[in-house]
Amino acid sequence: MKLADNATKMGTAEDPAIQPNSEAAEASSGLVTPASITTDVLPSDSATDLEVPALPTDLLIEMYRKLLAIRLMEEALLAAAEEGQIGGAMHTAIGHEANAVGAAYALQRGDYVTCTYRGHHHGLAWGMDPGRAIAEVMGRGDGFAKGKGGSMHFVSPENGMMGGNGIVAAQVPHAAGLALASQLRGEDRVAITFFGDGALFQGVMHETFNMAAKWKLPLIFYCENNRYSEMTPIWRTSSIEDIFLFPRAYGMATMQIDGNDVEVVHAAVSQAAERARSGLGPTFIEGITYRLAGHMAGDLETYRPPEEVEKQEAYEPIVVLRSKLLTRGVDETAIAGIDEEVDNMIDEAVAFAEKSPWPDAAEAYRDVYVDSAFRDG
Amino acid sequence: MLTPPSETVKDCVVRGAGETGKLGGNERLISMRRTTYIQAINEALREEMQRDEDVFLIGEDIGHYGGLFRVTRNLLDEFGDRRVLDTPISEQAFMGMALGAAIVGMRPVVELMYMDFTLVAADQIFNQIAKYRYMTGGLLKVPVVIRGQQGGGKHYGSQHSQSVDSLYAHFPGIRVVAPATPYDAKGLLKTAIRDDNPVAFLEHKMLYFTRGEAPPPEEEYLIPLGKADVKRVGTDVTITTFSYCLHQALEAAETLAERHGVSCEVVDLRTVEPLDTETVWESVAKTGRLLAVHESYANCGVGAELVARAYEEAPYLLQAPARRLGMAPVSIPVSRVLEAEVLPWKEEIVATVLEMTGR
Repeated sequence: MKLADNATKMGTAEDPAIQPNSEAAEASSGLVTPASITTDVLPSDSATDLEVPALPTDLLIEMYRKLLAIRLMEEALLAAAEEGQIGGAMHTAIGHEANAVGAAYALQRGDYVTCTYRGHHHGLAWGMDPGRAIAEVMGRGDGFAKGKGGSMHFVSPENGMMGGNGIVAAQVPHAAGLALASQLRGEDRVAITFFGDGALFQGVMHETFNMAAKWKLPLIFYCENNRYSEMTPIWRTSSIEDIFLFPRAYGMATMQIDGNDVEVVHAAVSQAAERARSGLGPTFIEGITYRLAGHMAGDLETYRPPEEVEKQEAYEPIVVLRSKLLTRGVDETAIAGIDEEVDNMIDEAVAFAEKSPWPDAAEAYRDVYVDSAFRDG
Repeated sequence: MLTPPSETVKDCVVRGAGETGKLGGNERLISMRRTTYIQAINEALREEMQRDEDVFLIGEDIGHYGGLFRVTRNLLDEFGDRRVLDTPISEQAFMGMALGAAIVGMRPVVELMYMDFTLVAADQIFNQIAKYRYMTGGLLKVPVVIRGQQGGGKHYGSQHSQSVDSLYAHFPGIRVVAPATPYDAKGLLKTAIRDDNPVAFLEHKMLYFTRGEAPPPEEEYLIPLGKADVKRVGTDVTITTFSYCLHQALEAAETLAERHGVSCEVVDLRTVEPLDTETVWESVAKTGRLLAVHESYANCGVGAELVARAYEEAPYLLQAPARRLGMAPVSIPVSRVLEAEVLPWKEEIVATVLEMTGR
């Protein structure tokens, strides 16, 4: 609790260590922003002057289903982990869902996405089947990678989902390569890559910022800023307060947005995709969000006070979208109907995964190499 | 100053051995021309770029400058800057980008200016490129070629002279090729580019300006990965090697024959992964003795692997203990005297063979 108290205090920027940079940051950003590195700022406080058009209610309902499916799948996975059905490290995206769902609906079929080891939400948002996804996390034979990739490596090429990654920021140059392929082939495809605020401090991130900006790659850098690098709050690690200043140094367009509002995310990603498709190069989007569950299953969460989490709960993606739907005239009964439907769907998915057989032992030796020597020889 | 190539290196394609000199099933011997190792690689790149528009080159100084060692010379002029991409000094990023482009069907050929920089891009190479197919349950493939020169002999010191063949070979998922002659370099690189697996294509700085026979460019040939080539026939000791060490071994074999009456069979492995043990055992069946030589560290190296496999798979063939010879367990020093001391050159091969044969 001592650590957590400290975190809150530091979050209010009383610490002289983070003072010297703040004025300079504001002056050069031209935006009056909540510091991206404070842990108790709310997503809705983000400094965006983005025009956010209202999306059709039908689309919002579809997005609501996705948000809920992700949330319920994550909760089911945490329960399964607690029962000992899941080994290794599993990182849930509870609280992050809108970043993935808003983005997925703003992009087109044929576009590419890469993401982090916290990638279940991207997987489902990009159309992966929850049953096979849960089976993969459980290491079962029906998993999309036959139990070899697991929670950290969601992949579904037919949906444009080109892979999650266990190494922080490693997926970022992969997306740049996908964008490069599109550019070299004269295609219209864009790539989006998701990463956390902690990834800003990996060298390859900065290498990729530079190359993507220099080569005007059709790429969207999407930072899900939850203000924690695993268990360490970002104010302990960042040299500056507003992390979107890093990509600005590479001459990149940046936006800081409410990552918990699907409409805002949709608008931001749509705009970035349009820029990318018109040859204007990459955009950096900083979605302010908050991780409501632990960094991974079993996280003791000693690094933040329960009050901080409670405060954020009122602004989490499902709450935000639900109230939006009510305002737009969708009634409680209809929403309850959707809730039940999605709940049943996830129950079935869990049952499917639990019934899925273990992979055949011989599977361990497959897919190391491509058997055929040549593509067309 | 370039170290002058030895006579053996100049005439490095030994005829009448292996399948070199033959074109597929075609028994017709092609009229050969003499070309450098660099030219051979340049031709392979050029031909594959002409053949397949998904092939592109990416790396430092490879376009406008033509590569530090001029291996990619003139390719920018011929193919333009959308096929030959000059990068910033960002090995991790461009290695990762090669993966991204490859998983959607492009065929990037990445140049590492020095193969030592493998260690700079290590996460992308070993954690990503080598594992990506496996981690995705076979949904994706990564046809990336990582090429560049390695090795000592030119006094570049500890961070520009390492041999990384054993390092690459340690990780499943990536092929490792290390040609010793212009002929092999061209045929193997063309195969590597067409292979659907990631391939580390390890050239050697001591071989770049060496010459050997190669068919004219219009005569296309491919050399399969995983086929060793007997470069000298002998009866007393089998020496397996690859890359520049092949020429040290051939010179050693010459000395051993002339001065000591020992007949060595020299097997050029050509690819370290897959490792063609079949050809090696065939040779050892004849000689009863195995010496595995390479320039990378002897400790935990390809030679250690081959010797271990000899005892596991074919111990009955050995009439004397199998041996390995590699670099001493130190970093590579700059001084030519010290460098020559730690590298497993000809004199050390001769001495080891004499020990093994008791002469």
